[in-house]
Order: sequence, then structure tokens, then C-alpha cells
Amino acid sequence: MNPSDIPPDAAIHETLGDPRLQTAIYTATQRLIDHRKKAVAADALPAYQDLRALAHRIKRHTIEHLDYYLELVESQVAARGGKVVFCEDANEVADFVLNLAKEKGERLIVKSKSMTTEEVHLNDRLESHQLEAVETDLGEYLLQLAHQRPYHIVAPALHMTRYDVADVLTKNLGVEREVEPEKQTKIARATLREKFLEAGIGITGANFVVAGSGAVVVVENEGNARLSSSAPRIHIAIAGIEKLIPSAKDLAVFLKLLGRSATGQPLTVYTSFLSGPRRENEPDGPKEFYLVLLDGGRTKLLADPGKRESLFCIRCGACLNHCPVYRKIGGHNYPWVYSGPIGAIITPQFHGIGKDPWLPFASSLCGACAEVCPVKIDIPKVLLKLRFEVTASGAKGPGERKAFSLWAAIMARPKLFSLFGAIAAHFAPRPKNGAWIRKLSWPMNLAPLAAWLSQRDLPPPAAQSFRSQWKSRKAAR
Amino acid sequence: MPSGRVSIFVTCIVDQVFPNVGLAMADVLERLGYDIEFRQDQTCCGQPAFNSGYREEAATVARHFLRVFEGAEYIVVPSGSCGSMISHHFEELFEPGSDSHKESLKLKPRVYEFSRFLLEIAKTDDVGARFDGVVTYHDSCHALREMHIKNGPRRLLGKVRGLTLKEMDAAEECCGFGGTFSIKFPEVSGGMARTKIDSIQKTGASTVVSIDSSCLMQLQGAISRAGLPIRTMHLAEVLASR
Ligand code: SF4
Repeated sequence: MNPSDIPPDAAIHETLGDPRLQTAIYTATQRLIDHRKKAVAADALPAYQDLRALAHRIKRHTIEHLDYYLELVESQVAARGGKVVFCEDANEVADFVLNLAKEKGERLIVKSKSMTTEEVHLNDRLESHQLEAVETDLGEYLLQLAHQRPYHIVAPALHMTRYDVADVLTKNLGVEREVEPEKQTKIARATLREKFLEAGIGITGANFVVAGSGAVVVVENEGNARLSSSAPRIHIAIAGIEKLIPSAKDLAVFLKLLGRSATGQPLTVYTSFLSGPRRENEPDGPKEFYLVLLDGGRTKLLADPGKRESLFCIRCGACLNHCPVYRKIGGHNYPWVYSGPIGAIITPQFHGIGKDPWLPFASSLCGACAEVCPVKIDIPKVLLKLRFEVTASGAKGPGERKAFSLWAAIMARPKLFSLFGAIAAHFAPRPKNGAWIRKLSWPMNLAPLAAWLSQRDLPPPAAQSFRSQWKSRKAAR
Repeated sequence: MPSGRVSIFVTCIVDQVFPNVGLAMADVLERLGYDIEFRQDQTCCGQPAFNSGYREEAATVARHFLRVFEGAEYIVVPSGSCGSMISHHFEELFEPGSDSHKESLKLKPRVYEFSRFLLEIAKTDDVGARFDGVVTYHDSCHALREMHIKNGPRRLLGKVRGLTLKEMDAAEECCGFGGTFSIKFPEVSGGMARTKIDSIQKTGASTVVSIDSSCLMQLQGAISRAGLPIRTMHLAEVLASR
């Protein structure tokens, strides 16, 4: 096996062997599954399937005409007194924020939840330049204190129980240990409030960017994004270029789907439309507004029409919640900030299939992800395409291909197939009373069989195959 | 009474490991008056290679399949997964316009998963079976999500005398098999099976029924390892019981 082809087995083993963590992941995702199910049921949202199809079409249209919409949004934001900054990669995003902070003499930055900034490791860059960046989403704040990356794209601290939260707060803030979630929230709020008042720059993500009006749309439940974008003097919204949608009319479709798919909420508590700096007659809002649009490899994904739909994602997290693999291995065993099925299809496309070639194979192809995806991304189809690309690139080494060539040659020759079957049936151990095989010894303990037997018993091949029994049955009549 | 000739594709796993499933399927179809044809040259649908990223190898096997089943009016398959491979993925393996591509499109509407054949072509939901016991039904992923088979098998089970169907919470959750996934990520796959089995156990059912033998191999393997008093049965075996 090629070294880069080895999944993080030890880490996965550890996650699987931690009953507390397993329960935390399973119950948290189950809650989200149940809530979503109610929210999209026929009586709650009769047009659900039509909305999904429409959302898919809108995304396809926007992504296929991205040049046009990028120009449009640039002019619309400018018309409202803001500025669009296009960034090629992660470094450019960090450079922009650093330079702006230096130029404006700001040291403290408040941030609301944004996967895009996680993608570019913004906090690390800012901190290495003695800037303080504080996460204001409760989950993200806890992760920042604990020096962890998000476990889930919607519920970043999904893996933490309230006891874990208590530990993190006590250790980092020196407060008394508190296990009641409401009281924990109070503790965090008190610290964060000061930061909001002091900060000169607020950074938010964007769930959608409406090209036609230049508005950035942020949905959230805690109100911290609203504060981050309005309290500080300067607001920077950072988004991937795929976040564009044509007009406010399209937004209605996505808002109906996003909250329901993510948490089962018909609408999140806050939906903010942030468009440009405060105007003369307005009492509040930032004095300056910047919209940072990151490519970061996204145009690479555009190139292949068969996988392009990977860019349609609205980061609702439903595919993670429903993924039986994510529910076992959790978020931190995926190689990048995006975990679960969507992570499994975009990570290899952003980083190149050579980097973690095992990732597209870490799926039973059950299709639960595609079934719940609000924008109908056919994730199993993209996984299969990536698998083909991995094997074609040779990343799997020559052994596996040889084995499959041999296998195909046998399957195309019925006589050989029967012969191999008969040989296996002859030599296989046959436990008493129809029991299944528990152990195989040399030379039968071939790697694939040993892998199977590490978890399950194995049925012995039938003493008489179907084809031979069928022959006798026909002959007897 | 329906009648006619049907060709059966028993799948490689049924042929070599679970022949009783194929025999049971043939019994049910014969009782309904069908004349069964088993084309001796059949082997596999090619899915193991396809799902592992080996397109050409899968195409080699698919071409063999197309040759073997040329001209068959109905092809009945005791598997949602193999059925879906044939009727949804064969065409993706060949260049549009090529002979094999044309053949795969011609084949597509003639391939029926077993339960669907009973309901849609034989037009019956009662095959006169009797099975005493409490069973729970496992939705296999490809049958459910690629072929949209959900209520059909339950309708058939509902008509079996003596049988009580008890739904489990996690009926639609994957059993963790996933072909080569089960040996590439054995521990994750095994964990998925155990989660499923927890849900099965909660129903109190003594038998798990599915329309896919590969899921049942995964589940029975884990059940056997855990030493639990639960058995697995293919729908065809239940429907052939009297
Ligand atoms: S891929 Fe679909 S289901 Fe998964 S996060 Fe994106 S939009 Fe949601």
C-alpha cells in the first residue's frame, strides 16, 4: 500500500473506542436528523422536493455564469459604498486583513462563525502578527479556547458534552466549574460582550451573497454575527465565490431549505441582510464594509462538469448528520476543516487526489447524503468519479489493479468462475451445524478475509453452488 | 394466473454462498406459473470493481453480462444492489453510441428486482406463504435510494400468514457492508453493523429480512460474532416458506 493511501486508522480506532464520544456524536446527529425530518415532511413543507430541484437549478445557473455574477456583485457593492476584494488564495485573505488592520490601527477583531476563514486558518495568521481575533459564536469560542478545529460545519462543538465545556471554561478563563449550559453561556457572554465593545473590526462569513443587490446574507441563532457586523467600525465579510446567488427572489428558495435542513428550523433566529457601510441617515452600522471573495481552488472545481455540483453546497450539514461513517468516525478524522460526505468530495478536489487518496473510499455509498442534500448534490456519484481518478492515477499501487484485472478475467469466463468456486468450496473450513467461520489460518488468512474476520464471522462457500443444484433439479424433472 | 418465461440472474454471492436464496426465488416464481430459465454462463454484475474505482474491469464483466442475457424478456434478480448496478450504472461504463451502450439501454427496462417483479409484473402481493414469527425489515441502501423500493417488500411480508412485521428505528440506516468498504475500513463497517443490530434487537424480532444477500451476510456475520439469537433471511426465503 502506498503510504499516502493509509487512512488515519489509529485515530479512527481511538474515536470508535471512546463510548462517551460515540454517544455524543450519535445523539447530537440523531437530534438534528429528527428535527429535519419533521421540518421537511409533506405537511410542514409540501413543496420540499420542488424547492430542492429549483435550488439545484439556481446554483447550477449561477456557478455556470459565475464571471457575470462576480462582476455584478462588485459593482453593486461599490454602488453602496463598500468594496469587493478578490483573493486568489488563503494567504491573500490573511494579507488583506492584516494590512487593513495595520493601516487603520486596529488590534482587536471579533469574528462570527465562518467555515471559509477556517479554511484559510485566518486566526493563526492574525495571532502571529499580534492581533487578537476572538470567535464569538459560542461553539467556535469554545474550540478557540481548546485549540481545536470545528467538528461539524454547522455545530462546530458537536462532540463536546457540557462536562467538556465546563473543563474548557475553567481551564482557560479561571472561572468556577459550571455544568449548566445556561450558566456556561452566561460566562462566555460576559467575556465576549467586552470584546464586541472594544473591537475595531468585525469579521463574518456569508451564507449567501446576493449578486443583484450586493447584500451579504448571514443566518444564525445567537445574534453574534449581527453584533460582529454592526458594532465594530469596520465590517469584513469573507465568502467563497460559490456563495453567490443571482437575486433576492432566489434567496427565498434557499432560506426555506437551509434552516430546515440544518437544524429543522423553518427560519433561524436571525437572518441579517448586510449591505454596505452605514448611510448618512442611518443611526448604526459599520463605517466601512469589505466583501472578500475567495477563490482558493474553487475555479479548479468548475472545470469538470461531472463534479462541478460539488460547488453547489450551502453548508447545511445535513449530509454529515445522516452519514453513517461520519457518525462513527466524527469530524476530526477527516483531513480538512470540511468533514463528512461534503468534505469527502471537496477535499480531494481542492487538495488534489494524491494527497488523501483513501478519502473517497471511506464510504459505503449508501446514498443517505444525496437523499437529504437540499441542493441535490449527487455525492455518491462524485465519490465514484473520484475513486476512478484515484485508481487511474496509480495512487493505489499496482497490486490492487492486478487483482481486479484477474477477477474480471475470471468473471468473464464462466467455466473458470465455476472452477474457482468449486476449489474454494472444497478447501474452505466448514464449521459444524452450519455455523460460520470465526478464524482462518495460513494459507487461507488472506488480507481481505482477515479484515472481514476482524469484525464479523464469514459464511463458508456453499458445498453445492446454485448452478450445480439447478442442474440436478432440472435433471430430476 | 400469470405465465411466461423469466430468466433469473442469481448474482455471484447467491450462486456461491447462498444458493438457497436462488432456489427459493425460483420456487416462488414457478408456483406463480413462470417458466424459469437459468443461463449457465452468468457470473457477476461487476459492481465490486465499479465501486472500487476500476471502470474498465467493471466494463469487462458488464459486457459479459450483456452477452449472456441477450434477448431475455425479463431478468429477475434477488438483489436491489446488483439490480441497480445493471439498470443504472451499466450505461455509465460505455461510450454513448457504442454497441455496449445501446445494449445496456435495451437491457435496462427488462431488469427487475425480485419483489418489484412480483408486484408489477406478476401483479400479486400474496404468494401464499406462511412463516410463523416476528420479523423486521432492513432497507438495503441501493434498493431504497437508487431503485426507490420501500413499501413493496413490506406489502409482500404483510400478506404472509403467521408473520408479524415490526419496524425498527434504523430501518433505513446502512448495514455497513458497502462492498470493498467492508474490508478497507473493517472497524467502521463493523461499527455500523453493530449500530444496526442494536436497532434490530430493540424490536424483539427473531428474524431480519432484506432483499439483498450482501447486507444479510454483513449482518449475520456480526450477529454470529456477537452470539445473538437472531437469524437473517432473504425475502425470497420467507416467501417460499409454507
Ligand atoms: S452537500 Fe448538501 S447536505 Fe451536505 S452540507 Fe452541502 S448542502 Fe448540506
